[in-house]
Amino acid sequence: MKAALLGGTRGIGRALGRLLAEKGHDVCLLGRNVEDLERSADDLRIRSASGKAVSAALCDLLRPETFGPSLDEAAAKLEGLDCVIVTAASFAAQERLESDRLLTRELLTTNFTNTVLFCEEARERLLARGGGTLCVLSSVSGERARKPVILYGATKAGLSAYLEGLDHKFRSRGLKTITVKPGFVKTGMTAGLAPPPFAGEPEGVAKDILNAIGRGTPVVYTPAMWRWVMLGIRNLPRFAMRRIEF
Amino acid sequence: MKVSRQRPRGRIDISSGGDYQPKALEGKVSGGFVIDFDIDSMPRPQTPQLSGWGRIPVPGREMLSEDLRELTKNATLTRGLGRSYGDSSLPPPGRFEVASSVLADRILAFDETSGALRAEAGLSLRDLLQVFLRRNWFPPVSPGTEFVTLGGMVAADVHGKNHHVEGTFGAHVGEILLRVADGRIVRCSPELEPELFWATVGGMGLTGHILEVEFRMKRIPTPWIFEERERFGNVDALIAALKRSAKEWPFTVGWIDGMARGRSLGRGVLNRGRWAEPREAPSSPPPPIRRLTVPIDFPNWVLNKWTIQAFNALIYHGHVWNRQRIAHPESFWYPLDKILRWNRIYGPRGFTQYQCVLPDSAGPSAARRFLEVLVAAGGADSFLCVIKDCSTEGKGMLSFPRPGISIALDLAVHPGTQSIVDRLNEAVIGDGGRIYLAKDSFTRAEHFRAMEPRLEKWSEVRRRWDPDLRIRSAQSVRVLGDPA
Repeated sequence: MKAALLGGTRGIGRALGRLLAEKGHDVCLLGRNVEDLERSADDLRIRSASGKAVSAALCDLLRPETFGPSLDEAAAKLEGLDCVIVTAASFAAQERLESDRLLTRELLTTNFTNTVLFCEEARERLLARGGGTLCVLSSVSGERARKPVILYGATKAGLSAYLEGLDHKFRSRGLKTITVKPGFVKTGMTAGLAPPPFAGEPEGVAKDILNAIGRGTPVVYTPAMWRWVMLGIRNLPRFAMRRIEF
Repeated sequence: MKVSRQRPRGRIDISSGGDYQPKALEGKVSGGFVIDFDIDSMPRPQTPQLSGWGRIPVPGREMLSEDLRELTKNATLTRGLGRSYGDSSLPPPGRFEVASSVLADRILAFDETSGALRAEAGLSLRDLLQVFLRRNWFPPVSPGTEFVTLGGMVAADVHGKNHHVEGTFGAHVGEILLRVADGRIVRCSPELEPELFWATVGGMGLTGHILEVEFRMKRIPTPWIFEERERFGNVDALIAALKRSAKEWPFTVGWIDGMARGRSLGRGVLNRGRWAEPREAPSSPPPPIRRLTVPIDFPNWVLNKWTIQAFNALIYHGHVWNRQRIAHPESFWYPLDKILRWNRIYGPRGFTQYQCVLPDSAGPSAARRFLEVLVAAGGADSFLCVIKDCSTEGKGMLSFPRPGISIALDLAVHPGTQSIVDRLNEAVIGDGGRIYLAKDSFTRAEHFRAMEPRLEKWSEVRRRWDPDLRIRSAQSVRVLGDPA
């Protein structure tokens, strides 16, 4: 597999990048900090069993003009491209967002508008190459609005809807879209929050994601238990959701 | 009782026998058995706590980020995986947050010819082995657990079963990248800022925040171990055998039955090994090891004199067979890691480890005398007691090992623990020995000063880089007398 990975320097993306490299896949890391990208690329190169191509290309989720060129650079460096993975997103606590309009705007733009724009660039390129896999991390928080993640959850709800539509329309043309819905995962992003039951580790989540890519599963909950947790939460009546604080 | 429509409310049914009753409601249960309550009047969740491996907690929280450079700006202390037993990795009183290095775990460079490896300080030994063991590389020195970070291995200047050959980990470190107290990031090595370097090796993280470590890995013939075990009836025979084996075997360690008395005092099993040669070993790389997890805190009474005695007897007498074998490297190096969270077997009371080194100058019977003091002090109900001969002292200014015999034993915490540790420390001071800070929870400042003539020199270097003692730990306040 020749994969471009946006967000591979941290958290779930870092674990997924390592897993891809260990399994002998070619990876190109996309991100906005050159030095940080190079350090992560070195890490993958040393860990990779075959020492295969690991490279980096500059892509800033806040600057849509970088999306197309970074994907082209990745395809050139990898000499091909059949998988684009997005693990990057921003997160902030609801209380902070409520008092900071600029931050809110940045979060909404990053997680929805620009992620969608990036996926559009990826869609075009993958279709032009005859198909492939577009794998994007959404979140279980997009399935039901909850008080601590109103804005973050809203971006993920929109993103999930977009990805579902993409999969419906383009799967027959060879582009598989995979929506990953992680539950609570212990990473730097969630540091400081008390982990709920069934909290996952990035390494386990990375395995689930790679399995889903291999099988072409359109929607994957990870850790798997969250499928059932969310089944329950989705079906809670509105008056109950109103009382829930988590 | 306040009842508000907007605020979340709950309902406690006292009649159902629920044992939960908020403090705020004590004495307020009126009339019937069912009461409504206001969530604001419920007790707040406990303040978060941090503890070392011995599970004696203090209020505290870890700050986590992949960006260790950013994280350590103005941090009081950086901790790794928290495997030091006592308070080495805990915030000093009055401070709450410590930086955690564990997400900074990238390997930055590896030279296939020299074995030189550079990585971020949070890389764990476990992770390192997963990448390198199957490629026939191993770190030059390994402690008894793989759940440690590189930063922690430098800070404690760890030693292992090969101390008599390779010395401590610090002897193989080429460079350390350090954020010092004034915020600067400093490269130090045996050539560059050597004093800062050797104060950092074994300096318990108190000279600066370790960001990156470069050291030399060793080539091994296969990832498997050729292991041999032999039983000895008392401590003198065991030590004599340890010293003898050191000449022929690169890895040696002894396990002692801490419950044996009299003529059998210090009886135990000697464990020695070397890397297996390709013709002896399986051709496949070692499979992932199966691990069990201790799911809950055991009640305090589970480990008592009788259960420990039975367990020790089982191990001691079990070693009649099984003398030579090809062993899985992880089960040879890290037998206790096969049981995750094994520290829970001591129960909620917590435990401490006492580790000291008795110098050769104290004579061949020093270990026996030490065990006798232990028995007399009433601390001999030790589940785990490990003995190891140490060779030359490293260059780390506060490094633990020195030529002699090192003894490590686990002690469950109870009201008498402080006096047991005091009496052991007095015996160690009398013999000219010292203790290992990475294990310690109870040593008094005056005892530590009496053991460490090197402390003054180390403190001088530390104060040169951190005159206001901004970087502190709970341990440095307790043992080194830092301001709280």
